Amino acid sequence: MSAQRTSTMTAVWLVLQRDLRLATRRPAQLIQPLAFFAVVTLLFPLGYTPELSKLRAVAPGVLWVGALLASMLALESLFREDAGDGTLEQFVVSGQPLVALMGAKTAAHWLLTGLPLTLMAPVLAIALGVSVAAMPGILLSLAIGTVSLSLLGAVGAGLTLGVRRGGVLLALLTLPLAVPVLIFGAKATELAIAGESLTGPLYLLGALAVLGVTLAPIAAAAAVRIGLE
Amino acid sequence: MCELSVKNLHVFRGERYLLKGLEFEVPRGVCLQVAGANGAGKTTLLRVMSGLLEPEALELRWRGGRVSPRDPEYHATLFYLGHDPPLKDDFSAVENVAFNVGIRRSVSRSDVRAALERVGAQRFADLPVRTLSAGQRRRVALAALRLSGTNLWLLDEPVTNLDLAGQSLVVSLIEEHLVHGGLVVAAIHQDLGLSLSRRFSLNVGTGEGLP
Repeated sequence: MSAQRTSTMTAVWLVLQRDLRLATRRPAQLIQPLAFFAVVTLLFPLGYTPELSKLRAVAPGVLWVGALLASMLALESLFREDAGDGTLEQFVVSGQPLVALMGAKTAAHWLLTGLPLTLMAPVLAIALGVSVAAMPGILLSLAIGTVSLSLLGAVGAGLTLGVRRGGVLLALLTLPLAVPVLIFGAKATELAIAGESLTGPLYLLGALAVLGVTLAPIAAAAAVRIGLE
Repeated sequence: MCELSVKNLHVFRGERYLLKGLEFEVPRGVCLQVAGANGAGKTTLLRVMSGLLEPEALELRWRGGRVSPRDPEYHATLFYLGHDPPLKDDFSAVENVAFNVGIRRSVSRSDVRAALERVGAQRFADLPVRTLSAGQRRRVALAALRLSGTNLWLLDEPVTNLDLAGQSLVVSLIEEHLVHGGLVVAAIHQDLGLSLSRRFSLNVGTGEGLP
């Protein structure tokens, strides 16, 4: 009966692969946050002013708030479905460290929302009158910042598992914690648009991401355990 | 010395005891059938034993040593099958079983197919699980159980939604498992006709085990 036990690395890879494959079966869920990001951002030229110089001034805030809300939108489904069909319970009793599996799920979430949002941001930035020279800085700051957002969101999603329709609660819990990411991210984008060096806020964004990678999966695993009881 | 022993198990729900001072032992090759009225705590017992629910107190011994029900090493030797089969609607039966078993041990696609055939699921092995009936889904979950290669099976109502053929399938899977020295703790209402020497009854409602 004894067979080769799956290594943690393999299990992590399997979970990641599974989440990505699941997403391809339901492309609508993938596209919704992106469409939301696009619509929110493009409302500003309509609602505020079509004047590019004015739009350029608010572009960092608009892009970051849009990305933050869009990433939040995709969070609720992060654990909810797996909790509903008993998959999370199987994770807990799989003999694999739950922290590693939560890390895998969070990584999948970033690949499915954070990364596409990042890649889409330059297109939207152009609509806000940002010059092409600022694009590398915008891409870099969003790529790092959305990692932190996914990690924070995983903790929030774990904590709201036991709550029916926890979407609003999830946003209320997570958004305040995302404030540092928002501040440094918007600052980095602002500097990128102004054509100045953005290493300062970028380092801080990186530090937040490292802190998140280290601690968030542990917190998410603990939250999921409580949520399943 | 029994393979599995539970002592001094207490679970509160709010102000009242749900499980009070529960004690039982399960030797190798034995299926402990947990009986009891609805709400007596059968599911709670199984969830406590699989580490999903934190009890107020528990002395769990497994293979001669004291273990925590949250120990990954202990989890690696058990399979918990809850009320609902843990399946992804968008995946086929093959994909589901390959994943559920794959995070525990390496398994080949042909093993997966053989297990699905064993539980009578070969006909719908490649259909999305969404299109399957409740009984068919249960069969798919049983395939993962059989393939898991685990020693201790914790089964919550394993025959729910199954037709008569499915129920005897569960019985034969359990008996096969017991012959190989496995252990089963199952919450089952009906008498499945497992050979008596291998069946214990436990009346959860009163917290007393009857050997």
